[in-house]
Amino acid sequence: MDYITLIQLLDSTVRLATPLLLACLAGLFSERAGVFDIGLEGKMLAAAFFSAALASITGSVWLGLAAGIGASMVLSAVHGLASITFRGNQLISGVAINFLAAGMTVLIAQDWFAQGGRTPSLFGGARFEPITLPFAKTVEDVPFLGPLYEELISGHSILVYAAFLAVPLTWWILFRTRFGLRLRAVGENPAAVDTAGVSVVGLRYAAVGIAGLLCGVAGAYLSTALQAGFVKDMSAGRGFIALAALIFAKWRPWYALWATLLFGLFGALETRPDVIQSVIGIKVQGQLLGALPYLMTVVILAGFVGKAIPPRAGGEPYVKER
Amino acid sequence: MDVMPKWAEVILVPLISLLLAAILSALVILAIGEDPIAAVNLMVKGALGSTYGWGYTLYYATNFIFTGLAVAVAFHARLFNIGGEGQAMLGGLGVALAALYIPWPHWTLALIGAGTMAALFGAVWAAIPGWLQAKRGSHVVITTIMFNFIAAALLNYVLVNVMRPPGSMDPASARFPEAVHLPTLHELLAPLGIAFSKSAPANVSLLVAVAACVVIWMLIWRTRLGYEIRAYGHSQPAAKYAGISPVRITMVTMIISGALAGLMAINNVMGESERLVLNATEGAGFIGIAVALMGRSHPVGVFFAALLFGFLYQGGAELALWTSIPRELIVVIQALVILFTGALDNMVRMPLERLFLMFRRPGPPSPTPETEPKPGPRSAQSESAE
Repeated sequence: MDYITLIQLLDSTVRLATPLLLACLAGLFSERAGVFDIGLEGKMLAAAFFSAALASITGSVWLGLAAGIGASMVLSAVHGLASITFRGNQLISGVAINFLAAGMTVLIAQDWFAQGGRTPSLFGGARFEPITLPFAKTVEDVPFLGPLYEELISGHSILVYAAFLAVPLTWWILFRTRFGLRLRAVGENPAAVDTAGVSVVGLRYAAVGIAGLLCGVAGAYLSTALQAGFVKDMSAGRGFIALAALIFAKWRPWYALWATLLFGLFGALETRPDVIQSVIGIKVQGQLLGALPYLMTVVILAGFVGKAIPPRAGGEPYVKER
Repeated sequence: MDVMPKWAEVILVPLISLLLAAILSALVILAIGEDPIAAVNLMVKGALGSTYGWGYTLYYATNFIFTGLAVAVAFHARLFNIGGEGQAMLGGLGVALAALYIPWPHWTLALIGAGTMAALFGAVWAAIPGWLQAKRGSHVVITTIMFNFIAAALLNYVLVNVMRPPGSMDPASARFPEAVHLPTLHELLAPLGIAFSKSAPANVSLLVAVAACVVIWMLIWRTRLGYEIRAYGHSQPAAKYAGISPVRITMVTMIISGALAGLMAINNVMGESERLVLNATEGAGFIGIAVALMGRSHPVGVFFAALLFGFLYQGGAELALWTSIPRELIVVIQALVILFTGALDNMVRMPLERLFLMFRRPGPPSPTPETEPKPGPRSAQSESAE
């Protein structure tokens, strides 16, 4: 494998890791506050559709992004209503949200565009175009560092950079602010937070809302940056891979970055079987690479390689003592 | 705790939840510019108006009885088996191996043999997450989700690289031999003088599914194991104190649950397609969740909920055929049913309980009705909610 192939591979790793990273951070906020979220997939899917739809109708990708975030937040609100206000089962609520998104997106797409459950292809201002960072063209010919800068670091859409910036931001919010401390506390011991006079319900809604925002960006990225338009079921299990990455990352922001990059690399390798064959000399089945994130998560969960301990109050509705 | 009489708990709450889901579904149909009443008429005519429609309705219902029971059994032990889909896929693999590589003399033997294989494969696929939960403490919901994806990848690999007949482009196994053909309802009912559609796929598996309902009812409410499963589901510390082994109950429950999901394959793989195809389960494993929630984890409830979803499935197919409403409407209805009967259960229950309390206070103190606490979404959730 030559240097350029490696750079190309890493480049597509970054592209594929971005939605995973955003969804993973969404799950991180929600689960750190004690609300399980297996509806990441559905929220992403809904956001993907509404951003593509609005971008296609208005021609503005920014309006699309706003619509995507809005759709994702609505589903978040449903999840919050079910799992925080009515203290229902958070897992069942997540399952319902996934199906709701899977059905509604196709239903509305068919009604609005009549193209068999997809949106028209997006082009021009209806898409997030790659951004060429300054000096990318001038340093192109510099050996080693030139291609690295030009191919790998430059030339992504703005959402990719936003996703990577979201990692330190998440870390800062969770571990360096009062809000973050309380948010983590509410996922470990909500009764203590309540005793301190801080609203458990409010904090959990805030966390679920942030999760909706991040899933919205992830979905918008799928349909307006990674691809040009919405197709049925386009999230394709990414929400669940993000969930796997979250466990893999042991609910920590920086680990989440590495986990999603790793799973993004698997995704990139799946499309380049020739590269794997040339590097390790044996043919690896594409299906195995596709299943690797799930297999690795099971192994991690089983505690064979380090232990992943979820937030203590995760999945439990909080009932105030009377 | 028992604020409401039993009839309200068993019938009123699910009915109101269902009504809410139906109203929202009707609004969705209105919003896409179609007439909900015409749509329901079309669905009833398409799914129940002919023996052909009934044949499909019952065929889908058979699938959903198996997966619904699978989820319901796990609910009793407060385990959420979301992996019915993967377990049913593996069941399909078991059926295909049994049907293709063993020369069966008669379909009855083939049904027993292939059914055993299906249950075994499904059980193994559920036993691994069960073991991980019982022994290693990894959450069964997450592992069963992961196992759904692993099952899909495994089946993809097996169908493309191993079981595909040489020269065929289709990622599917060879056709099963004629000897393992399961009699359809047409063939079963013809000797009785009842005319039933020839082309509908409902087959003898329906009877197996009904039998499974009876067996599961006996298991849960009439055996020591069932008692232990329910006790464990109600209170793990209490069950442990009573000498019930959490590891054993978790494992046994997951194995039974997986076996039931796997058994679905005798209907869709052996009875209908008569070969193993990609995505043979068509999401039936997930519909099992809605069915179990709506059926309140009781075999009778599961049976009727499965019939309802069978009707929705066949009716939805008819809608897609004759109107501009896509099949995905059924997915929306399914989501709303899961949402209202499962996650938003308390939204219906809380005001109802208040209402019943209001009526109870002025009257004479009524004798406490002997209610069995209902398993289901409430018992599947954590203790602190109670």
